[in-house]
Amino acid sequence: MTDSTFLTSEGTESSPNAAQGVPGAAAPYLVVEDLTVRFPTADGLVQAVTDLSYTLEQGKTLGIVGESGSGKSVASMAIMGLHDVKRSRMTGSIRVDGREIVGLPNNRLQEMRGGEVSMIFQDPLSALHPFYSIGAQISEAYRAHSKVSRSKAKAKAIEMLDRVGIPQARNRVDDYPHQFSGGMRQRAMIAMALVNDPKLLIADEPTTALDVTVQAQILDLLQELQRDFNSAVIIITHDLGVVAEMADEVLVMYGGRAVEHGPTRELLTHPEMPYTWGLLSSVPDVTADTSARLIPIPGNPPSLLNPPEGCSFHPRCLHRDKVPGDLCRTELPLLIEGNRGPNHLKRCHLANPDMIYESEVLPEIAPDLVEFVRTDAATDVSPEDR
Amino acid sequence: MFGYTFRRVVSGLLVLLATSVAVFALFFYGPSDPALAYCPETRCTPERLSNIRTALELDRPVVEQYGDYMKGIVAGNDFEAGSIVIPCDAPCLGVSFKLRVNVTEYLLARFPATLSLAVGGSVIFLTLGVTMGIFAARVRGTVADKVIVGASLVINSIPYYLVALLAFLYLISQWGIFPNSKYVSPFQEGPIAWAAGLLLPWMVIGITSSTQYARFSRGSMIETLNEDYVRTARAKGLSDRRVTLKHALRAAVVPVVTIFGLEFAYLLAGTIFTERIFDIQGIGLTALNAIGTKDLPIISATVLIAAAFVVTANIVVDVIYSLLDPRVRL
Repeated sequence: MTDSTFLTSEGTESSPNAAQGVPGAAAPYLVVEDLTVRFPTADGLVQAVTDLSYTLEQGKTLGIVGESGSGKSVASMAIMGLHDVKRSRMTGSIRVDGREIVGLPNNRLQEMRGGEVSMIFQDPLSALHPFYSIGAQISEAYRAHSKVSRSKAKAKAIEMLDRVGIPQARNRVDDYPHQFSGGMRQRAMIAMALVNDPKLLIADEPTTALDVTVQAQILDLLQELQRDFNSAVIIITHDLGVVAEMADEVLVMYGGRAVEHGPTRELLTHPEMPYTWGLLSSVPDVTADTSARLIPIPGNPPSLLNPPEGCSFHPRCLHRDKVPGDLCRTELPLLIEGNRGPNHLKRCHLANPDMIYESEVLPEIAPDLVEFVRTDAATDVSPEDR
Repeated sequence: MFGYTFRRVVSGLLVLLATSVAVFALFFYGPSDPALAYCPETRCTPERLSNIRTALELDRPVVEQYGDYMKGIVAGNDFEAGSIVIPCDAPCLGVSFKLRVNVTEYLLARFPATLSLAVGGSVIFLTLGVTMGIFAARVRGTVADKVIVGASLVINSIPYYLVALLAFLYLISQWGIFPNSKYVSPFQEGPIAWAAGLLLPWMVIGITSSTQYARFSRGSMIETLNEDYVRTARAKGLSDRRVTLKHALRAAVVPVVTIFGLEFAYLLAGTIFTERIFDIQGIGLTALNAIGTKDLPIISATVLIAAAFVVTANIVVDVIYSLLDPRVRL
């Protein structure tokens, strides 16, 4: 992600602020506003997602990035209405094509699930039913939303398998998931998710369980299908490489909150939040020179039962002492406009993130790019030992 | 599949062979003398005892007797006792010491009663248990779930024979709510008389065993409801009913099939308490009586039959597994 040309984004991507609605323009296909998801447990209330807002337009791709437990999957399953109402508390608003999802009764959600909005899961081996054939599972998804005969549904399954590049689809349609390879299983999963021409596709770590070479094929396939179907896509991942390749916009989540949100290229070249820096520092770069270091983020993700006071990232933040008045420990920063206009939001107290990034972070993780990125007269600070 | 079944049948036969050897050994080298059982205590002279031994052919070498026994099973072995000849075709399980009848025919005549008990009881505990289990799993954590689990634990901790005995004493003897329990052939006396005689025993077997199936299928169901493929099924937009009954249940019944297979085999081998308390002339009661009279041919036959049921049930369960789960290829 650090290999792209460093042009500042002109902000042609859809604005993360569009949730408020732009007068005169049609509302975006997906609008998430102040979404909060809580799970009551015996130990207390798990604050899985807090005050999450974003929008997504038809044909665009949003990448949601974060560690395990950052709330990225929980937030996306909320769009599918997959949280058990008896075991979760959801507030805020999710509007799909203008229709409110939060509080919708289950039978209405059912119509939407797998039809207008569908989802691809992480590990296709466990996400496909081991006892039913691939064809039966795809046909079942089709018949759940269209009144067609079994034979028509099977023909559709074969057509979809063919579409996602399964060779000899007609002969493989009756195979069981265990008879498919990992990449083919994920293709079948994608075929199943797309069988009803969804307008919004949520891909939850679609390539995590796959070989690197197969990963690229699956990502290509997703892009190609997105072009053909003009769907909106949410891709959930912890792999910034996937985001750089696929997404128009990136949303970084930490401890259930959005901590940075902006157009992909800009966010990856000029990240303004120390957590995003940490994510970038943890990505190995095969083309980088050998002085580049891989720096893990110290510590563990925050407890969602008892989130830390102030900024939830402060216990792990290397830059918290640069903020005067101990603000990071005491006060939760708001998600506000960064240094590059209203398209790029950040949740951080640091006043001069660009300077710190260019002088302290970048020289460590990609020394070859420092000169390239540095815009102002650089200070002479050499990277100190950590 | 064929090779697998063949291997399993051969190993099953070996198990049966070992079982028969063990029963014989226990009988002949065990602490009590079978001939003594047929010698009246007050007038038991050594000559008399030796006569009984000769009559029962217990004086012959054990290996020879075992050989005869095996020969009878494979080829049949008619018995001559003085002037009377007791025909015994293969599979001949011997002639009863006490009753002087062909054991195979004797047990075969008692098998329908045991089979009726087993089938009727199973239908009740499977339906009741699995239904309660699925329901409890779907409402897990609620009061209804806790009631089912709690009641199931309470019922399970009461000894079975106590439940059966109390049911018999109160519901039949004392209050007469149920008709006298007995086994009559459904083909001769009609299915209504058959069901009426077995109704209470069925219910006692059914209800007491159902608790174990309720807890077992509840656990299995909760596990499968958390599986990724169940989430996928919901994400496809299927109804809750279809998700539960088609996607989750299909996987959740697999472990239930295992314990049911074995339990059904045990039931077929004779429900001793049930048959004794409700006075149903089945395999279990026959075995119990034979132990009292040290009637070796009947004892060893019932043990062999029990072993055969267990072995068969294991094979059948494996075959059912392969039908339920396409990943299992025999």
